[in-house]
Amino acid sequence: MSNIQGSLLDLGVMDQLARLDSPVHRLDPRAKIVAALALIVAAVSFERHQISALLPLLFFPVALGALGRIPAGVILRKLMLALPFVLFVGLFNPLFDRETMLRLGGIGISGGWLSFLSIMLRSALTLGTALVLLAVTGIPAIGAGLERLGAPRVFVVQLLFLYRYLFVLGEEALRMSRARAQRSFDGRGTGLKATASLLGNLMLRTLDRAERIYTAMKSRGFNGEVRLRRTLRFTATDLAFTAGWSGFFVAARLWNLPRLLGDIVAGVAR
Amino acid sequence: MSHHIVEVADLRYAYPDGTPALQGISFRITHGESVGIVGANGAGKSTLLLHLNGTIQPTGGTVRVGDYPITKATLNEVRRTVGMIFQNPDDQLFMPTAGDDVAFGPLNLGLPPEEVDVRVDAALAQVGALHLRDRPPYRLSGGEKRAVAIATVLAMHPSILVMDEPSSNLDPRARRMLINQLRSFQHTKIIATHDLDLVLDLCPRTIIVLQGKVAADGPTREVFSDLPLLERCNLEQPLSWSGRER
Amino acid sequence: MHMADALISPAVGGGMWAATGATLAYSARKVTQEIDDRKVPLMGVLGAFIFAAQMINFTIPGTGSSGHLGGGMILTVLLGPYSAFLVTASVLTVQALFFADGGLLALGCNIFNLGFFPAFIAYPFIFKPLLGDKPTAGRLSLASIVAAIVGLQLGAFGVVMETVFSGISELPFSTFVLMMQPIHLGIGIVEGLVTAAVLSFVWKARPEVMEMSAGHQPIGQVSMGKVLAGLGIAAVITGGMLSWFASTNPDGLEWSMFKVSGKEELGGSTGVHHTLGALQEKTAFLPDYGFKKSEHEGAAAEGAAKEGAAPAWPAPDAGTSVSGIVGGILTLLVAVAIGFLLKKRERSHGAGT
Repeated sequence: MSNIQGSLLDLGVMDQLARLDSPVHRLDPRAKIVAALALIVAAVSFERHQISALLPLLFFPVALGALGRIPAGVILRKLMLALPFVLFVGLFNPLFDRETMLRLGGIGISGGWLSFLSIMLRSALTLGTALVLLAVTGIPAIGAGLERLGAPRVFVVQLLFLYRYLFVLGEEALRMSRARAQRSFDGRGTGLKATASLLGNLMLRTLDRAERIYTAMKSRGFNGEVRLRRTLRFTATDLAFTAGWSGFFVAARLWNLPRLLGDIVAGVAR
Repeated sequence: MSHHIVEVADLRYAYPDGTPALQGISFRITHGESVGIVGANGAGKSTLLLHLNGTIQPTGGTVRVGDYPITKATLNEVRRTVGMIFQNPDDQLFMPTAGDDVAFGPLNLGLPPEEVDVRVDAALAQVGALHLRDRPPYRLSGGEKRAVAIATVLAMHPSILVMDEPSSNLDPRARRMLINQLRSFQHTKIIATHDLDLVLDLCPRTIIVLQGKVAADGPTREVFSDLPLLERCNLEQPLSWSGRER
Repeated sequence: MHMADALISPAVGGGMWAATGATLAYSARKVTQEIDDRKVPLMGVLGAFIFAAQMINFTIPGTGSSGHLGGGMILTVLLGPYSAFLVTASVLTVQALFFADGGLLALGCNIFNLGFFPAFIAYPFIFKPLLGDKPTAGRLSLASIVAAIVGLQLGAFGVVMETVFSGISELPFSTFVLMMQPIHLGIGIVEGLVTAAVLSFVWKARPEVMEMSAGHQPIGQVSMGKVLAGLGIAAVITGGMLSWFASTNPDGLEWSMFKVSGKEELGGSTGVHHTLGALQEKTAFLPDYGFKKSEHEGAAAEGAAKEGAAPAWPAPDAGTSVSGIVGGILTLLVAVAIGFLLKKRERSHGAGT
């Protein structure tokens, strides 16, 4: 129940962040989507044991988040919640790959630990980017962007409706859940049968609601196709944004930038 | 100006399972009239309303809107002329933002984007909700939702407004704003409601529906003064009349 | 379980997105062709329902732990395969964005794993035939449970294959499979029970809802024969993939093994590792697999040296790693600095607006 409320609050927070105003928010969603995907592809294309080479990619979510006025804590908190599964699978790497790959001082570090760290770093990069993308764009804009990028219209419309009614249904679920909690004791009443009837009721109400929405749509002339207002404009700024960042990701992939930096520093230090 | 007349003749409707809902309703509403439709729950008000824009087809009798009997061929024109506002705004605001919702109707009419934008702004301004244009519906208060729902219909430039319980779930201030707004509209208004005081304020004429039939059709003050009639129809006098000399 | 970006390779991610994208496009076309425009609001709202329903937990009988509805089967029963696939895709998209469930590249895998199998395999080949022409409560339960199990097993297997093919995780195929399939068997049973319970509730209250599924794209007369054929096809595909995996591309599997190889370690000196290694040998699906592996162990040393083996990715070199580490730390500091500076800038700019 606190689960539902927490999730709803969460959704609300992210939604609100998306409606702030900043240079990043004003970018065309297509530019942001493409750049984010470019980062993710770049990140996962690194060899399994690379760690420091991946680090420059962090600039993207950090810069985007900072310019977009997204509180770091929000992103980090969600990242924490998403890590457990990856952590679990990732931990098998040190288990199965024990050959020493790296010696620091007298300590040997196995390839498994390197790849484990790489996995965690990838996780932070890819998931962090997805979260920041959402936080500075928002589902409605992402939907519009996807449609212009070629996603099927039916899918996008459906996504937008889902998003619209998420909060409504979430609140209904919350109310029903609270009502259930009030009448269940010691965990009785939250079993399979009770939950099934709760879900069943919610579904029936959902079906009724769908019918009413349909009536309202028909009453305003709906004839099968939901037309969306076209308000996106791809500008030179958007192009520069996407091209610039993509170029950076390619460079980071081709050359190990931190190592170069380290070499320079080491060279200077000598 | 015949295209603003709503004419219902011996309207009959039975639910798919056979239960009769409307058992011969007839009335004629002319251009610019403001009519309240009252009755107890289950009397058939909502069902009646749904006939007025062709959402439900009668099992007997006819409905005419202006020059058109409501048939499959005339549905589009009817829905442009008759703007229906439903009880629950959440069912009518299904787009990502209020502006998108108001644009839905005009876009379906095939209007060009620039014209759509003009209509959206005009409709929202008319209900005092222009500042809500980019707001998602779930961030609107009850009164704001109600206003935007009305705007979604206004943007189609209807001649007739049909409303089902417009003042339900509104706080007193929102309700007052709604009444003032509706009063300023020139459209023909048909309002089904429990809110008898709203009817008093807005509708010179009242039709009482009882068990699928018309029990009364006349000037509002007269109808509301007929105590035996009201009692028969499971109604009471308007709240603002309590304590008044009978 | 969801596939994660952190464990995926571009090839697998891209490939699965291609498969998912094609299925999405095809499904969208099918849905648009369908005359019933009632579906438009229905799909969206049911998607929201599934999302909300997934937030409602229930206690699992006997275990005391809690679970929640997946919903793929319910969607397919109510909407038909094509619409259900679109709805599942949108639910997963929202989850990927809001809850960082898996990631955007792995989204292609997840939509396929969790959307394709229930809608296009479990529903037509298991659920419908088992439900039959004259559904009863018992048949509904049976159909739901078996269909849910099969759908989830296939989905879980998908995750395994995608992970192993990607080569980021060192988890060997058989160990992973041994973990995933039994867990998802349990999840499948629970999912099936909840699905059956909800569907029968709705069915009693509104029988016409179940007939909704009857009006879908006709899949033809489904019979037991078709069920068996479907299962047979699934088995052949799976078996084929496995044997291809093991025989035509031995490197694929052990590659993760000997690439940086615990080749010496694979014999296993420590307890856990030894047990796992032994377990792995014992559970090899195909008899050749274990054999090939040990073959490779011997040849590996020469193999790696001779072939300059397969991998296109440069192997990390310990010597240059010190620079890498120093540079890496500096990069991190730069990233943090960027964050602070930009935030300050935005705040002062924002104050002006």
